[in-house]
Amino acid sequence: MSLTKDAGHLFRFAFLFVVAFVVFLLVRHFVVPKSFGEYGHYRGAAIGEIAARPLHYAGHETCETCHADIAEAKKAGKHENVSCEACHGPLAKHANDPSIQPVKINTTVLCIRCHAESAAKPGGFPQIDPVQHSGGVPCETCHQPHNGL
Amino acid sequence: MNLDRRHFLVMLPAAAIAWKYVLAGTPDASPNYTMTDHWWSMLIDIPKCIGCGNCVRACAAENDVPDGHFRTWVERYHVNDWHMEGPEVISPDGGKEGFPAVAQSAGGGEGFSSAPQDEGKYFFVPKLCNHCADSPCTQVCPVGATFIAPDGVVLVDQTYCLGCAYCVQACPYGCRYIHPEKKVADKCTLCYHRITKGLTTACCENCPTGARKLVDLKDPNDPIHAFLKTHYVQVLKPQMATGAKVFYNELDGSVR
Ligand code: HEC
Ligand code: HEC
Ligand code: HEC
Ligand code: HEC
Repeated sequence: MSLTKDAGHLFRFAFLFVVAFVVFLLVRHFVVPKSFGEYGHYRGAAIGEIAARPLHYAGHETCETCHADIAEAKKAGKHENVSCEACHGPLAKHANDPSIQPVKINTTVLCIRCHAESAAKPGGFPQIDPVQHSGGVPCETCHQPHNGL
Repeated sequence: MNLDRRHFLVMLPAAAIAWKYVLAGTPDASPNYTMTDHWWSMLIDIPKCIGCGNCVRACAAENDVPDGHFRTWVERYHVNDWHMEGPEVISPDGGKEGFPAVAQSAGGGEGFSSAPQDEGKYFFVPKLCNHCADSPCTQVCPVGATFIAPDGVVLVDQTYCLGCAYCVQACPYGCRYIHPEKKVADKCTLCYHRITKGLTTACCENCPTGARKLVDLKDPNDPIHAFLKTHYVQVLKPQMATGAKVFYNELDGSVR
């Protein structure tokens, strides 16, 4: 038939196109991650991976389950709303295994970060001039860190 | 303190189980977390910020942020008189170690600081990713490596990121950077690994004055709703229509 004879080049093209398309689908199947598009144009599994990163700060609720005495003392003072790790640093490792000793705090650095006098700070916040106020004597000789004075 | 871990486990099984999930670090183990039940954001209460830098240090420790890069940082503004366009802004090392003191002058004024009126006012502005609802950064990503999760947090899939830095340029708030070792985009995740387990973010946990608060806009009992109804609150660069979700209480107009 003259029709198919004349159209042969079209069929060859169509065949090539179909093959290329199948190859594309195959490659796509292996290259695109399984969860891509689960929630949108991204890898859905990434959300779980990010959520699974390790913690460094345990949170004050965790500290308080074991150190109830200190939590109680702290409630009585002005540091009530300052959480444990704001002063003690990240202690998730210690909270999981108390035999891991927390690092000792250097109060001259710690307390001054928050309490050093500066006109830039909100007026209501208690501030001191470290030199005038203590003259180099460690803060904890007069103040109890857990109940702020 | 002579309570060992075993006693603790016996005494407080509920807390112990919760902590076990926290350490297991798997999202399936985070009890009852459903992404679609949340729409996370943050509230920054400017008059409460003392510029101690606790949030910056906590963020760096929690998320292994490399030195010289920041997922959150604190800026100190000094506005003198009417020059709203040219505030003096400093942020030494992102405010990580606090700020140099400003000498207290006689006759302190009311409000933001105790500096007298003629010396202008000072205030601190903590910054972080605004977790925009229509974020420009996710729109420019050529490979779908950054996205808005169903709970409203803008995240980066670091295994998929090419490090092309389009998103770094697209962010109008300067909240993204290319990680110097991983060579991929990095940014605030709103401590996604913490909030999905019922903890607050590292920055909020360590803020001594409550100047930063994690909020869940989908939670009808969240105090944010009452707060927004009774305070004058602003987002950064509202003219960019990014749908920014970090709300600033009493934000000064000079803040960019
Ligand atoms: C599982 C119970 C437990 C949890 C949770 C816990 N601790 Fe402890 N912690 C202990 C025990 C027990 C000791 C005493 C260890 C010792 O003396 O060897 C201790 C010791 C300490 C010390 C040192 C005391 C000293 O004498 O130097 C500090 C500081 C401390 N904890 C802070 C924290 C903070 C902050 C948290 C919250 C992140 C926390 N702990 C969570 C059980 C716990
Ligand atoms: C204002 C800062 C601050 C806060 C907040 C704080 N601490 Fe402390 N804590 C200190 C300092 C300073 C010391 C004494 C120096 C040291 O031992 O490193 C100390 C010592 C301790 C000790 C050992 C000595 C003792 O008194 O038994 C424990 C345990 C402890 N803290 C637990 C906690 C827990 C738990 C919390 C939260 C409920 C907490 N701290 C909150 C500053 C703080
Ligand atoms: C993370 C910041 C932070 C650190 C570190 C810190 N404080 Fe405080 N301190 C506060 C806050 C917040 C208050 C409560 C302020 C208020 O009542 O408005 C406070 C209150 C106080 C007060 C009570 C002031 C008053 O009005 O009576 C004293 C005293 C005090 N702190 C001493 C210390 C000492 C000593 C240290 C070091 C062990 C220390 N603080 C470390 C944040 C901090
Ligand atoms: C010699 C004892 C002593 C030492 C050391 C000391 N303080 Fe005090 N501090 C006091 C006394 C007493 C007061 C209460 C009287 C007052 O308000 O001036 C006070 C008050 C404060 C207040 C509240 C000020 C206010 O405006 O309400 C802060 C904050 C404070 N101290 C921080 C510190 C810090 C930080 C250090 C360490 C650098 C420190 N103190 C060391 C004795 C001491």
